[in-house]
Amino acid sequence: MDRRDFLKLSALVPFAGVPAFARAALDPGTRKLLVLVELKGGNDGLNTVIPYADPAYAALRPKLAIPRDQVVQLTERVGLHPSLAPLRGPWDARELAIVQGVGYPDPNLSHFRSIEIWDTACASDQYLDEGWIARAFARSPCPAGFAADGVVVGGGGMGPLAGRGIRALALASPEQFLRNARLAHPETVRTPNPALAHILRVENEVTVSAGRLAAARSFAAEFPPGPFGNAAGTAAQLAANPAGIAVVRLSLGSFDTHANQQGTHANLLRQLAAGLVALKAALVEAGRWKTTVIATYAEFGRRPRENESGGTDHGTASAHLVLGGGVKGGLYGAAPALDRLDGNGNLAHAVDFRAYYASFLERWWGIDAAPVLGGKFAPLAFV
Amino acid sequence: MRSILAVLAVFASLGAQAQAIGYEGARHLLDRAGFGASDADVREYAALDRAHAVGRLLDGARREAATPPPAFVNDAIVPRRAIRAMAPDERKALLRTYVRQGLELRAWWLGEMLATPSPLTERMTLFWHNHFATSQQKVKLPQLMYRQNVLLRREALGNFATLLHAVAKDPAMLLYLDNARSRREAPNENFAREVMELFTLGVGHYGEKDVKEAARAFTGWSVDPQTGAYRYRPFFHDAGEKVVLGHRGELGGDDVIDILLERPETARFIAAKLWREFVSPTPDPAEVERWAAVFRDSRYEVKPLLRAIFMSDAFWSPDHRATLVKAPVDVVVGTLRLLDIHPADLRPAAVACAALGQNLFAPPNVKGWPGGDAWIDSATLLGRRQFVERLFRGAQADAMAAAAERPMEAAAAAPRGPAERMARLLDRGMGSYAFDAKRWSDSLGADADVRHIDRLVLAAAPADPIPAQLAGAPRVHALVADPAFQLK
Repeated sequence: MDRRDFLKLSALVPFAGVPAFARAALDPGTRKLLVLVELKGGNDGLNTVIPYADPAYAALRPKLAIPRDQVVQLTERVGLHPSLAPLRGPWDARELAIVQGVGYPDPNLSHFRSIEIWDTACASDQYLDEGWIARAFARSPCPAGFAADGVVVGGGGMGPLAGRGIRALALASPEQFLRNARLAHPETVRTPNPALAHILRVENEVTVSAGRLAAARSFAAEFPPGPFGNAAGTAAQLAANPAGIAVVRLSLGSFDTHANQQGTHANLLRQLAAGLVALKAALVEAGRWKTTVIATYAEFGRRPRENESGGTDHGTASAHLVLGGGVKGGLYGAAPALDRLDGNGNLAHAVDFRAYYASFLERWWGIDAAPVLGGKFAPLAFV
Repeated sequence: MRSILAVLAVFASLGAQAQAIGYEGARHLLDRAGFGASDADVREYAALDRAHAVGRLLDGARREAATPPPAFVNDAIVPRRAIRAMAPDERKALLRTYVRQGLELRAWWLGEMLATPSPLTERMTLFWHNHFATSQQKVKLPQLMYRQNVLLRREALGNFATLLHAVAKDPAMLLYLDNARSRREAPNENFAREVMELFTLGVGHYGEKDVKEAARAFTGWSVDPQTGAYRYRPFFHDAGEKVVLGHRGELGGDDVIDILLERPETARFIAAKLWREFVSPTPDPAEVERWAAVFRDSRYEVKPLLRAIFMSDAFWSPDHRATLVKAPVDVVVGTLRLLDIHPADLRPAAVACAALGQNLFAPPNVKGWPGGDAWIDSATLLGRRQFVERLFRGAQADAMAAAAERPMEAAAAAPRGPAERMARLLDRGMGSYAFDAKRWSDSLGADADVRHIDRLVLAAAPADPIPAQLAGAPRVHALVADPAFQLK
């Protein structure tokens, strides 16, 4: 299908007609890839990026503190959980940025509300119904020939890709998607019924994308077994697809470790590290390592003081990892101030998550972030 | 003039209420209050007026399932101490047993939804399962999931206050939200938060301090590791003074629940949720307020509330027809009911629901399934199509299915995307899920022309026009493949 065909088809998609023409005018030809990894349930940032030299860390966590000699020490003060040892390589190559203290003012401790805040990039007391990526791409469209603007791999809701101004898919692997896409048909009707309009839109997205997704290619890189490894493998396939894709969203979890955290958390981080390292190898093979950035996010971190159940309760600010050939590695943000906890015993944030997002919008994609994020947030220089 | 119009409007409404609800009305009622309906069911209700139709639904409510549960539900649970003492292999085998039994449990419930004389009872049991979302992924013990399901059904159309008090002491819930381990030295806030945010008041109607204080009140509500029954541990309980939502005293858990039940937000929260369940995605605040008053005035009896909902003009309004996206259970159970397919083994149906995003007894988190438009993305839309496609290819694949001996639980547990799980399921388990077009058509009766079939299968006109000359099974096939089939 050439672009003219696509425009014709897009014009028939309910609610997508106008953006399709805008697309033609603004076609930038290319857009680099962002792979978002959601750490579902709220990852314990303090046991992920560990302030091991801070005596308050061990004091707050008699059972859960990672012993100093097991920490993967990156600097004299900061280290990684032992399960993240495979990320030492990217760190040494200065391709891993660690952003500490990412959060937002007046934090909400509900999973659902807080992930909604992160997904829609709104203020704590504001309600928006579209994801931040969807809003960004509605303003600054992806190239018209892209296979999809964004792809959610392995379920978990559309999150930051939810919205009408974006062509987003959910799939488990390109092969399966292509096998089943014959069950969808282009729809030309318009309807005032919002539920039906949504279904028709999904149907049309399937038919358009099916024409532009290539069958699987193989990599020498080996992906670890398990759902996250599979999803990382799919992310590599999508990155290597001839027709572009701007965002891939993976997820891993549950990190909601209220009880018996130690084993669960170690296992999840092991999966994370193994999946990311395999994804890196495949991206290098595909020639996409320099044009891909991988970034984690989560609704919140966890409370610095461990609870009586060998776990941690809902917290606020947390550390996030940004990985890629175009990343300027190192530490960003600020180390957790364990001596200045709030009334709930939680951390103050050092970096607004919208500044974290602004870094991708402005520095990775060249999209003016302020209108998307509802205000000026100074981007960080990690990309 | 305005008052005359108001009087006329009341009469018009009364007039509508006294008329027979008709075929489309009956279909609408049964689709939403249950899980799809056969032509015979719809015809039976079509002749009734609103009050009789609703009365019949409510009078038929049950407190127990009609089908016998899997045998394992009566097995004693394996005590935690015994599990700790197990060798790793033994423990793995036990976990596999839990997964297998969990799948049997899902299949049993779907079978109940198909066979029950009161689909509304199962609809409400599922509503409460989604409201008091609890997942076997964390609870593990399938017996406890079953016991919770029995409780949810007992009060499905019973009393919400009774249900809330009981759920707070329900062992599966105590394990799921970590209250079982909560002690006075460090209260666990998980249950205390969710009981306010998700079970009663809704977000914004309590403060962080209330959560902390309530968590203290629930300390000591625990589970007996030997029997899996509720057990109060006085030594874990914080008996001190607490202040929750302005109430001060040496509050216990039941006191906190009573405080939450006193708040007007609770009835409003449930009424609005039922609007989204039964009427449309956007509740009308005035009507919700009226229903909430009915709910409060009856001291949280569910039946008067449901009667108010099903008698309301909002429920019957043409504007609200076909505005809800079917849940996976609606697609799976509803289609089987509609097409009169009664498989002997419902484990494939359970796997299908899971692959489509609704793994019963395992909602994604304590907020339950998000539902609505979120049910449909490219993966799940294609999965839904595959499911119905398969019903029309059933007969051919019988032999293949008989040869497939791979256990279903492997498919259920396999870490794959919906489409792949669905494909495996279709190949292996759904051989007996075949639509018998001839038998079905014969059951429709002589007056069943294509328009009649369209009205039975779809809640709205097909999105893609279907040629008038297409009849019989090919027409049904086209209708279930139409985008409008995803609506109810």
